[in-house]
Formats: sequence, C-alpha cells, structure tokens
Amino acid sequence: MMIADWLAIASADAERRGMPELVPLLEGLAKATERLRAADWNDAADRDTARADMAEAPPKGAPHETAEGGGPRPGRTK
Amino acid sequence: MTIADAAPLLASGKLKSEKLTQTCLENIEALNPKLNAFIAVTADAALAAARQADREIAGGRYRGPLHGIPVALKDLLDQKGLPTTAGSWVRKDHVAGTDAAVTARLREAGAVFVGKTNLHEFAFGTTTEESGFGLARNPVDPNCSPGGSSGGSAIAIATGMSLGTIGTDTGGSIRIPAAACGVVGLKPEWGEISADGVVPLSRQLDHVGPLALTVTDAWLQYNAILPDGRRSAHPLESAPLRGLRLGMPTGYLYDRLDADVERATLATIETLRRAGATVSPVAIPHDTDMAAIYVHLVFGDAGEYHARTLQSQPDDYTPNVRLRLEMARYVMAEDYIRALRGKALIASEIDRALDGIDALVLPALAIPAPPIGAATMPVKGGPEAVRTLMLRCTQPFNLSGHPAISLPCGSTAAGLPIGLQLAGHKRGTPALLRAALSVERAIADAG
Repeated sequence: MMIADWLAIASADAERRGMPELVPLLEGLAKATERLRAADWNDAADRDTARADMAEAPPKGAPHETAEGGGPRPGRTK
Repeated sequence: MTIADAAPLLASGKLKSEKLTQTCLENIEALNPKLNAFIAVTADAALAAARQADREIAGGRYRGPLHGIPVALKDLLDQKGLPTTAGSWVRKDHVAGTDAAVTARLREAGAVFVGKTNLHEFAFGTTTEESGFGLARNPVDPNCSPGGSSGGSAIAIATGMSLGTIGTDTGGSIRIPAAACGVVGLKPEWGEISADGVVPLSRQLDHVGPLALTVTDAWLQYNAILPDGRRSAHPLESAPLRGLRLGMPTGYLYDRLDADVERATLATIETLRRAGATVSPVAIPHDTDMAAIYVHLVFGDAGEYHARTLQSQPDDYTPNVRLRLEMARYVMAEDYIRALRGKALIASEIDRALDGIDALVLPALAIPAPPIGAATMPVKGGPEAVRTLMLRCTQPFNLSGHPAISLPCGSTAAGLPIGLQLAGHKRGTPALLRAALSVERAIADAG
C-alpha cells in the first residue's frame, strides 16, 4: 500500500474510533515510513540480491568472555 | 555508600545488612514522597531478609559481594508473590508466581529486595512521566524528568534508596535515566542476561542490566546475574588508558546535541586523549536511518503485545501511552520486514565501525534531563522532540545488540548531570567494563 493511501485510511479509521488525536501521530509514523522506504539498502525484485552482510551474522571474535578472560581486551591488537 | 564499599564490611561483620537496609528504607521514607521512585516498598520482608543475611554471614556462609546488599527491581521484573505492574493499571490484578531469572540470580547471591521501582508505563517512554503510579522526579532538580523508562531505578541509586538495581533497556531505558540522574547504567549485549520473567516491550530489542553508583558496582551486579558458568571469581580490573583505541562516530550521533552536553563530551574525550587513549573518527554509513528502523520494530512489537488489552481495558493505560500503542497497530507488515533488514545492516555497520578499535565514545543522552512536561528541547540545529532526542544516541546499540554503558562525565551550567557512553564489541561486555573503569578514573582524576 502506498503511504498516502495508508495514511488516509488509518486517519479515517482513527476518526471513526473516536481518536482524532491519533492523526498527528500517524502523520509522524508516515514520515518515518517514507524514510524507511527511501533507504538505499532496500531490497527489490529487479535488483541484485542483497549482500551477505545484510543478514544478521554471528559476531566476530572469541566466544563470550568468562571468568578467566579470553574475549577482546582494550588495548590488545585483534 | 557503594556495593564495593559495603561488601567487605558486611563480609567481616563490621557492618550489618539490617543496618544498611534500614538506612535505605529511611532514605525511601524521606525522599520517595517527593521523587516517587518506588511503586512498592517491601520494608518488612527486606528487614527479615537482611537479618537472615546477617545470620548466614555470621555463621560463615558468606555468598559473595551482593550478600546482604539492598537492591531494588524495576517493576517490569517478576518477584515471586508481588505484583509486576509495569507501571500500569492494566496489570492491577497481576501477582508473579515465580521470580524472573534475574531476580532468582540476585536472590541466590543473597541480595535484599527493598521494593519495585517506578517506570514509564510498560517501558514505552523515556521520561517516567507517564506512569499509572504517578510521574517520577529527578533527584538533582525535581522540576526535571529523571529519564526513563527505568527512572525510578536511577533515582533509587542516586539517592541511596538502594545500593543496586536492575533495569531494562529497549532504546536506552537504562542508559538514559543513568545519564539524567548522574549514575552508571550498563546495557549488556542482547541476550547475555536472561529476560525471562520480564514484561516485554520488544523482545528483539529488550536488554536487562544494572544501574549503579560506579562502574565497579555495575560490574558486581552484572557478574551476579550472568548465567551459570559465565561469572567471574575475580574483581574488575581497569584496562590501561594508554593504548586504548576509541572511535568517535561522527555525523548523526554528534549532530544534534545540547551545547553543554557537547562541551562536556568533547572535554572528556580530550582528557582521555591526554591520558594516552587514541581517538579516531569512525562512520556508521546509514546512521540517519536508525530512528526510522527502530520505530517500526518497537511499535510493531508493542502493538502486537498490547492488542488485546487495548481492546479490553483501554482506559487502564495512561492517555499518551495508549495513543502511541494504538498508533503501533497501524504499522504495515512490509515496513516491519524492511526494518528487520535495516536492523541487521546497522549491526554489521557498527561491527565495522568497531574494527580495530576497542570502544565507540559518544554522549549517552543528547540533552540534559528535560523539564517535566517539555515537548521539545533546544539543540544545535534547532528545537527537536524530547523523545527523539533522548533516544538518539542510545537506540543504535539496541538495534545492533552491542554492549554499551553510560557513566557520568560532568554537568551542565545548571548542575544537571551529563553521561558519556561507551559501546563495545559483541562478546566483550567485560572488556567494555574494564575500559569504562579506566575512563571513570580518568574523569575523576581530571576533577
């Protein structure tokens, strides 16, 4: 759904439910959604497939540091 | 008094937990009517637990540095037999059947629970002004917010109502009140501390962690609530500042700051540089997308969790929290999915920003504690919404899951506290705490 259409429908729904004070909040959400949709990292069916680093990769480095240390330490070259 | 000061005195019998607990309860009695930090105070149970701790210690059964220490839980965490209100009348009939995982860990460590602290309703806000149990006030200036959502916990630490406390952080709710009230707040890595038994806001962004007077006290609590097999038997040692590699994420995270916050942050960084740390600019290329990503995730998740009670008992919510939750129900699925991908992107970009350095350094809170009721605050570039400003510097590390800590680094001309934030590597919370301890000492040495 296009954002303008969504905003019109959502605002009408809020009015119908007796919550007109919701409309300015929905307008704020619409702006955030516009920003999200305009981001250059969005995937699309007519583009190259997303890079691998877009997936949540396991963190680099040692396992979680435990009692005796072993994880990254400040000042230590990785 | 800090936990680190009290623990050896308790262990040696020179200080009794009953006396320490009584002092905290007296502070609560004296200050809570004005500051509203606590939703529930469990004085009788606390004194009974304190006497039990004293008997165990006298009998040679000392459990460790939290034994006999008065602590308070944000009222978002279950404590068996007590309501977990989440700061809302929506949960007025709730009584916890079991302890949250963190509560159970603290209980095993011998902590003494003095009560449940006030919060922004359902942790869905940054000021602790919208609570079903009344707004909380900043102990430095009661006309200002204490920050939130763990506002009551920060007040409790700042005023000696408890020595330790556990809060939660979905967009900054530990670090924001810590900065606003002049205490230390640690958000460990996502998933490092169990959130079982904690009322969720957004399970993928929620973190559980301590607030404390000092970095060492934050460490002592963090270490106690870690899962079995992960706790350290050794004290926290500082990392040498000489050679510490800090990264300044230039751009968005430094763009819209209060003038006093910017001055104090840059002055502290200069202090660290003079002490031998190296400071390099680093980039988070899509930092300007972070707020939009965050909004769609936290609203989508909160809208789902609250859908039923928004229908069945809407009047039990505070008006503004109800409105924001109602708005949350309009988030579209395709945008939620976009935000999930954006979250992964931000995590990878922060990983890259940390490559070759030890920690990112930035303000914890772009503004000092705002006046109660303020909708906007002046910052460089013009006024901006309080909620947006308060989340600006902290929410990146909720999206990415990296550990982050706020510690005091000065005050405004009006005397309001300012917090410095350090964010470290995943799987590196202990290393972050060691660096933070060095930074804390350097700030103290600089006077």
